[in-house]
Amino acid sequence: MASLKELKGRINSVKSTQKITKAKQMVAAAKLRKAQTAAEAARPYASRLAAVMASLAGKVAGQDSAPLLMRGTGSDQRHLLVVVNTDKGLCGGLNSNIVKEAKLQARALEAAGKTVTFYLVGKKGRAPLKREFPNAKADGYDTSMVRTPGFDEASAIAHELIEMFAAGKFDVAHLVAPKFKSALQQDPITAQLIPVPAPAAASTSDAVVEYEPGEEEILEALLPRYVTTQVFGALLEREASEQGASMTAMDNATRNAGELIQKLTIQYNRSRQAAITTELIEIIAGAEAL
Amino acid sequence: MSLHFELVTPARLVRSEEVFMVEVPGSEGNFGVLEGHAPFMSTIQDGALRVYRTNGAAPEDIRITGGFAEVSEKGLTVLAEHVEG
Repeated sequence: MASLKELKGRINSVKSTQKITKAKQMVAAAKLRKAQTAAEAARPYASRLAAVMASLAGKVAGQDSAPLLMRGTGSDQRHLLVVVNTDKGLCGGLNSNIVKEAKLQARALEAAGKTVTFYLVGKKGRAPLKREFPNAKADGYDTSMVRTPGFDEASAIAHELIEMFAAGKFDVAHLVAPKFKSALQQDPITAQLIPVPAPAAASTSDAVVEYEPGEEEILEALLPRYVTTQVFGALLEREASEQGASMTAMDNATRNAGELIQKLTIQYNRSRQAAITTELIEIIAGAEAL
Repeated sequence: MSLHFELVTPARLVRSEEVFMVEVPGSEGNFGVLEGHAPFMSTIQDGALRVYRTNGAAPEDIRITGGFAEVSEKGLTVLAEHVEG
């Protein structure tokens, strides 16, 4: 059995761990609210842009003159997986779930005879995906330098992706990112990013719409923006998911630490009493022997 | 006699209000939008939106970059990447 001193040391160390997890939990709870508001504030832009895209795409789709970003390269041999992970840990199984989803997609594509490359956003996905796919080329974008990734970062990522696409480095890009449902649930979701899937045509009004310049020019200008919005949405979801997952994980950790402290304290008190009893018996036995 | 005007950026909904007229710096020239304007879509140059709250009132300038304007029966919607101020 551990000595009293050792037990006391362990109790203290668990206590300080509990303090850390508790602090992290409270920070995450505060940040979660902010991240959620940011995600909600971004929705009007995304939905309006999608509506405009839908009405435009319905007119241009299927024509040879459709922009490259919409039409695609005509083949679907080389796939790019854009995987959005967090930069920091302490958020439970979030990152491993995202990586698992990415692996699943990559395996399915490889089984279908396609080549898969990666574009990794966020630090935490790099090591496990490199280990799993040592031969796949992986670029990435580092978001760890900024506190809260915003539209500028999303725009930088989207530009790089579009440049790679224009240079013919891949045919199809998928976005693998967490989707924030609640603090307890964040599911990774895979969505096609490039070529831009034609949004379901919303109620097209009969009114004749004038375009300035032409429909194709507008679509050409809007498509990169649409990709950027998708990436921006993914970054915001990631932020909310990270804080939500972190809050839940740290809540569990704090509770576990509490239980451990209780158990150790009981053990400590028992051994203390046992030691006192032994001492008393020794004294009494000594006195009787005289 | 009022036009519903919305200005949206990726970060938030900046404006949603009833105004008299908005002057938009379209990529092929400025255009003013009043109530009942025909459906219209245009890309926008980086520049200032002029918002007239009432007829004859002093205009308010909002500088935007990376914009796109849509006029429908619901009113004028401007999507911009950045809005100053």
